[in-house]
Amino acid sequence: MPAGIVSYGVYIPRYRIRAEEIARVWGEREDMAKSLNVIQKSVPDIDEDAVTIAVEASRNAVRRASIDPARIGAIYAGSESHPYAVKPTGTIVGEAIGVNHELTAADFEFACKAGTAAVQACIGLVSSELIDLGLAIGSDTSQGAPGDALEYTAAAGGAAFIIGREDLAAEIEGFYSFTTDTPDFWRREGMAYPEHGGRFTGEPGYFKHVTSAARGLLDKMETGPEEYDYAVFHQPNGKFPERVAKRLGFSRDQTEPGLVVPWIGNTYSGSSLIGLAATLDVASPGERIFLASFGSGAGSDAFSIRVKDGIDDIRDRAPRVRDYFEDVVHLDYAVYTKHKGKLRL
Amino acid sequence: MRSVSIIGAGCTKFGERWDDSLRDLVVETGIMALEDANVSGEEIDGLYVGNMSGGQFVSQEHIGALISDCAGLSRLHVPSTRVEAACASGGLALRQGVLAVASGYSDVVIAAGVEKMTDVTGGVAADALAAAADREWECFFGATFPALYAMIARLHIHRYGTTREQLAAVAVKNHQNGCNNPISQYQMEITIDDVLRSPLVADPLRVLDCSPITDGAAAVVLAPTEMARKFSDGPIRILAAAQASDTLALHDRRDITTLDATVSASRKAFDMSGIEVKDVDLAEVHDAFTIGEIVAIEDLGFVEKGEGGRAVIEGVTAIGGDIPVNTSGGLKACGHPVGATGIKQAYEMVLQLRGEAGKRQVEGAEVGLTHNVAGAAGRR
Amino acid sequence: MSTVPRFWRHIPQRYNLVGTHCKNCDEYYFPPRTICPTCRREARMEDHKFGGEGKVVTYTTIYNATDDFKRQTPYNLAIIELAEGPRLTGQVICSPSDIEIGMRVRPVFRILGRDGDRGIIYYGTKFVPA
Repeated sequence: MPAGIVSYGVYIPRYRIRAEEIARVWGEREDMAKSLNVIQKSVPDIDEDAVTIAVEASRNAVRRASIDPARIGAIYAGSESHPYAVKPTGTIVGEAIGVNHELTAADFEFACKAGTAAVQACIGLVSSELIDLGLAIGSDTSQGAPGDALEYTAAAGGAAFIIGREDLAAEIEGFYSFTTDTPDFWRREGMAYPEHGGRFTGEPGYFKHVTSAARGLLDKMETGPEEYDYAVFHQPNGKFPERVAKRLGFSRDQTEPGLVVPWIGNTYSGSSLIGLAATLDVASPGERIFLASFGSGAGSDAFSIRVKDGIDDIRDRAPRVRDYFEDVVHLDYAVYTKHKGKLRL
Repeated sequence: MRSVSIIGAGCTKFGERWDDSLRDLVVETGIMALEDANVSGEEIDGLYVGNMSGGQFVSQEHIGALISDCAGLSRLHVPSTRVEAACASGGLALRQGVLAVASGYSDVVIAAGVEKMTDVTGGVAADALAAAADREWECFFGATFPALYAMIARLHIHRYGTTREQLAAVAVKNHQNGCNNPISQYQMEITIDDVLRSPLVADPLRVLDCSPITDGAAAVVLAPTEMARKFSDGPIRILAAAQASDTLALHDRRDITTLDATVSASRKAFDMSGIEVKDVDLAEVHDAFTIGEIVAIEDLGFVEKGEGGRAVIEGVTAIGGDIPVNTSGGLKACGHPVGATGIKQAYEMVLQLRGEAGKRQVEGAEVGLTHNVAGAAGRR
Repeated sequence: MSTVPRFWRHIPQRYNLVGTHCKNCDEYYFPPRTICPTCRREARMEDHKFGGEGKVVTYTTIYNATDDFKRQTPYNLAIIELAEGPRLTGQVICSPSDIEIGMRVRPVFRILGRDGDRGIIYYGTKFVPA
């Protein structure tokens, strides 16, 4: 039984801080933006968190395909910045989009790939016909310690995908996951900011897992990079996804539509899913999309997706990813610290 | 119904009374009022006290019993009732006292009001005051009291062309009056520029548009007019005391720039007393914020709707003007210990109508009107 | 600022602007009313979910807030008239220099407040320029 994307929605807060502004405060080199290929990152408003972002993205997804929320049987909300350590994000989202209460829900955490893990869980329930529709969310207001390398990229945003069997905007042809115990990045209970292994996050983390999952999927699907019109990889910065694409044999033309990190930074659980959404914003029926997420800790989920006729009916009925690139407000570092709650009152 | 008169009045100095507790303030004003009325404890057969939020300001409820106790009336078991209607608690306590005497149920009744506001920080006080608004549907979204009046001001400016300077003129006038009132919290003149340069609280209202946080208490002693001369040489007759209500939330009002409760209560008071607006010689109105006085003089009928701002800047409401308003300094300058304000307004009117108001005396004053928001009373 | 049951009880109103409609006089109410002030005993009330589009009737920008809202200053508060007629009080998220009377607004989902550092987070509806 095929399963796929019935609708999708994104939300990116309006505020931005430029990499050069962060570099100015910490005395870092001025070309930090260039070296990361991240010009700026999104910053939540003072009254936004992973829950409000998840709700806005989910409402956009519901609106885009005029989904009756009562049909949604599962909500899996992926984030590494759930505002509650205990108390689900998914239940708040459910109430806010007006679900029927015959619903299963749970919050996921797998660093930056909790959102794609939520998609997989929904595919399982939907394709086995245990539920009609599933809502998978990746949303974050990620944290980088002041002055840490992560501060240049840790952004805010989210995407929501409604997974079903009929009226598909895109079919998920298959997925392949690769998971190991690799502590490249972590945040222990009660810590305000995550820690990371520096350069260890690169080869043993991101590259090993993304390439393993991607090659596993290509083998499983018996496809090659040239058979995809688009490719989206997790975007912790603007360099890694380009480098991994090249290593796997994907071209810049394939990755360009989904590469959003230079303008919004790394939205963590939202990152690869926002990239997918940006690609769906421009893809035509029949085209194929290759997607590979990455979550520290570590794992990667790779998906083969084929765009269906339904995309043309729903695409324009909710904001596109690049609509959120317009009309942004740039903050200086001082106001940014207020928005991020880094000022203790 | 019997005619009711005020036979004695007292009011503490208003201000930041760091040395004094709520109990101290009540005792202080009670002694003043009883001495003024020449009344002893045995003669008192009822006590009404206006208090908005003893619970939040000093963590004390059951203010009725507390005050009776502090006033030394506990062994006489005088019935003592706390009246709460937010900033109009004092005005309503007075009206309850009037009803008790008018009905014949009581003869000598004390109507008092007290608020001790400086025992908490500014933020806590703002939250306590915000409890007078709709907690669930206004304050929950961040509304404060100045914010609600600011929204009235914004629409008044938009609709009637009221200016920032006109709003400021209310504060300037009331500070002038306060300088001539020994109990006034503020004893300093201010200019329009001072108001316009003061920090924003809730745009367009600034710090000097707002009444302060004040400690204070006031009390009046009521008796049937037919018995009043027995106690007092100069009893002040209460011609009418009327009260009206409206929606709790500002957004539900028929017209955001009109307090329909003020219109309704003042009409009732005028009807009951047979007095017309033009007969009123002076008024104490509820200027918790400068826009409040402008809206009040319109809703009470002293000026047309929308003309309030112009009237103030043209001196219509100054001492010597057509209708002097807030000769005490009003809530703005004299201070606003919320539960006491309604009684303080009556105290000011007693002084004025007795001709004892000193440098701020309105010559030939015979009929005064007091207006405490959520309640309004006309009296002579 | 609130308690768990006080917040929880109003989740449909806070999240989704669920108010009431009187079928007798066709008036809409938000916040919801149990008794229609026009029809009183003749009222026939039903729930109504408001779309949330509306316009600013009047507004202020708050610079001096209660302790619960101190971290948010300055913030805009407005009385908003919903398309169906009723008026409500809510925050409008935009620069203080951008808000004006008559401005059209639409609802967004935001944090309204928090019960201190340890209590629950209050989510609900604010507004942005439409």
